[in-house]
Amino acid sequence: MLKTLTLSAAVALGLTGAAVAAGGEAHVTDYDFSFEGPFGTYDQFQLQRGLQVYTEVCSACHGLKYVPYRTLGDEGGPGLPEEQVRAYAAQFEVFDQSLLEGEGDYRPAKPTDHFNENNGAGAPDLSMMAKARAGFHGPVGSGLNQLFKGMGGPEYIATLLASYEDPPSCAPEDFDGYYNSAFAAGGYPDECKDEDGHHKYPGSWIAMSQPLYGDDVTYEDGTPATIEQTSQDVAAFLMWTAEPKLAARKQAGFTGVVMLSVLAALLYLTNKRIWAPHKRKYKDHADA
Amino acid sequence: MAGIPHDHYEPKTGGERWLHRRLPVVGLMYDTIMIPTPKNLNWMWIWGIVLTFTLVLQIATGIVLVMHYIPSTETAFASVEHIMRDVNGGFMIRYLHMNGASLFFVAVYLHIFRNLYYGSYKEPREVTWIIGILMYLLMMGTAFMGYVLPWGQMSFWGATVITGLFGAIPFIGESLQTWLLGGPAVGEYTLTRFFSLHYLLPMILAGLTMVHIWAFHTTGNNNPTGVEVRRGSKEEAEKDTLPFWPYFVIKDLFALAVILAVFFAVVGFMPNYLGHPDNYIEANPLVTPAHIVPEWYFLPFYAILRAFTGEVWVVQIASFVTGGIVDAKFFGVVAMFGAIIVMALAPWLDTSSVRSGRYRPMFRIWYWLFILDFFVLMWCGAMPAEEPYATISLIASAYWFGYFLVVLPLLGIFEKPLAQPATIEEDFASHYAPAEGSTTSAATPAE
Repeated sequence: MLKTLTLSAAVALGLTGAAVAAGGEAHVTDYDFSFEGPFGTYDQFQLQRGLQVYTEVCSACHGLKYVPYRTLGDEGGPGLPEEQVRAYAAQFEVFDQSLLEGEGDYRPAKPTDHFNENNGAGAPDLSMMAKARAGFHGPVGSGLNQLFKGMGGPEYIATLLASYEDPPSCAPEDFDGYYNSAFAAGGYPDECKDEDGHHKYPGSWIAMSQPLYGDDVTYEDGTPATIEQTSQDVAAFLMWTAEPKLAARKQAGFTGVVMLSVLAALLYLTNKRIWAPHKRKYKDHADA
Repeated sequence: MAGIPHDHYEPKTGGERWLHRRLPVVGLMYDTIMIPTPKNLNWMWIWGIVLTFTLVLQIATGIVLVMHYIPSTETAFASVEHIMRDVNGGFMIRYLHMNGASLFFVAVYLHIFRNLYYGSYKEPREVTWIIGILMYLLMMGTAFMGYVLPWGQMSFWGATVITGLFGAIPFIGESLQTWLLGGPAVGEYTLTRFFSLHYLLPMILAGLTMVHIWAFHTTGNNNPTGVEVRRGSKEEAEKDTLPFWPYFVIKDLFALAVILAVFFAVVGFMPNYLGHPDNYIEANPLVTPAHIVPEWYFLPFYAILRAFTGEVWVVQIASFVTGGIVDAKFFGVVAMFGAIIVMALAPWLDTSSVRSGRYRPMFRIWYWLFILDFFVLMWCGAMPAEEPYATISLIASAYWFGYFLVVLPLLGIFEKPLAQPATIEEDFASHYAPAEGSTTSAATPAE
């Protein structure tokens, strides 16, 4: 009974996080990020490259309002030296209410300030975007594969950025948005649906125009800035902005598992010992 | 304390006697911890300890979270992010609290299913069972309101949908909903009252935990055979039982350590697995998520709620008979709460004189179908309200009610139970040799 129930509980845990993408289920590539698995950590250099992509491309429309500049220097994060953090922040201006005797004025940002809020053209804030999307939902909407592949937020972002394609010929020329084969939640022209209303092509039309084409940035470390590379770099960076304490969390979890396992082993032996006089096997009894 | 006869606390020193005459608190603690416990309890009897621990964990982490959380629609979401980013260890405290809710429900469902299998709800433990159901309802209320506090998209829309259920009650629904929300829609005053109640209800839960323990310490634990402990004399009772300390305390703590190791793995390595990604987007009354899905532990009842649409004939009949007062929406709400009420009535619906499912061959089949039914409903609750899930939900909901209202009453009449052991000692002795120095052995085969 116990075994069956334990198994049932495991199934119960699996039956969650099941947000089924409407309409055409879009394919999300399962990229191997360095921060996956129980011991995965962020690749400092990838985060720095991602920061560059964010700064030079994404930040034109998207903000990161929950992220303080100072965390760019955090160990386990991008790990920029203090003076670089200062210099990075100083490029931007923030509104400070305390200036001009309470009237407020703009001043260069300090490390203690947050990244700017920006929702140009209705672009959402990206601070938690990597946790606000799930890339994997299957099988049959059970969310079970998130157990093995992870939630898939960064995979979703990286796939999305690299999935702008020419629209199918069935779509009207003036249809709103840009065709993206990985974007499931956007508009979809009736001309591209079959008689049952099913989508003939994966993805849908997204409001954001294609942001990355390849060679949009020049990486200092010489990494070729292909569209796949820049997409994955910025996706990794956004995972860090969403979960800056990932390494500390995994460490705490691991310590907890080890300590509790040792405690469990000791309690197991104690339990066996105290029950021994009452739970004797018949064989021993016969010998006695 | 009434119940199984056993040794009671004897104050030994002068100081102990002094205190005992004035407040017998040490005696109460002694009797509680030394309670005679059936020695054949299996590993399904550990969930009570897990639940008690989880309540303490939730209260402890919750108290710290409250120090940093600011309950206002303007600040709630940002203050949770502040906890995750700036508070020392805040990410861990918050993830423990968030996943602690799931641990709570895993444990409570296993606790309830254990109960249903071994017939623990039956006479004389009905009061323990009813208090348990009340605690389960309080847990659901607490969890629901807690989920609203981070003020994410699912918080907001979950609250909108669930409080909307009360709006479906005929005549008073609209006023009731406004009263619950503190306004015409989910907003500032919904958040503050949910915050207040989310802090209050666990305290009531802690009080009910004591009453729950008091009740089953009076009747004694059930056990896998369902056969009662003999209580003619202390010597007789001692053949069936062992004191709670140290035998069951150590056993339960071992189980708790194993479960917590798994729990820490979930918190450390996949803390968002059981959550919904949409809750990392701040609440926006103008944007409705594509699918509003409750937390996993509500899914079976959510499926029952949605199963009774206007196309179901029982709903149509109810609507016709009441002149349209009971519409599909209200019927769904009644079904959802009714699903828990029929479960609460199990002690009076189950007509079998045999407690344990171990000796009820027909019951076992229906029981495991019921467990399967629970998971089918959970899966349907996570799926969009369309075919084939709608039909599956309806069949599964019908089985839920059928199990309590038809199967349990009829089984007692038609089922031929297997032979039960005469005593717990006999059951125990069929697995283990009698303790050294023991003079009696009920299980010594007749020669």
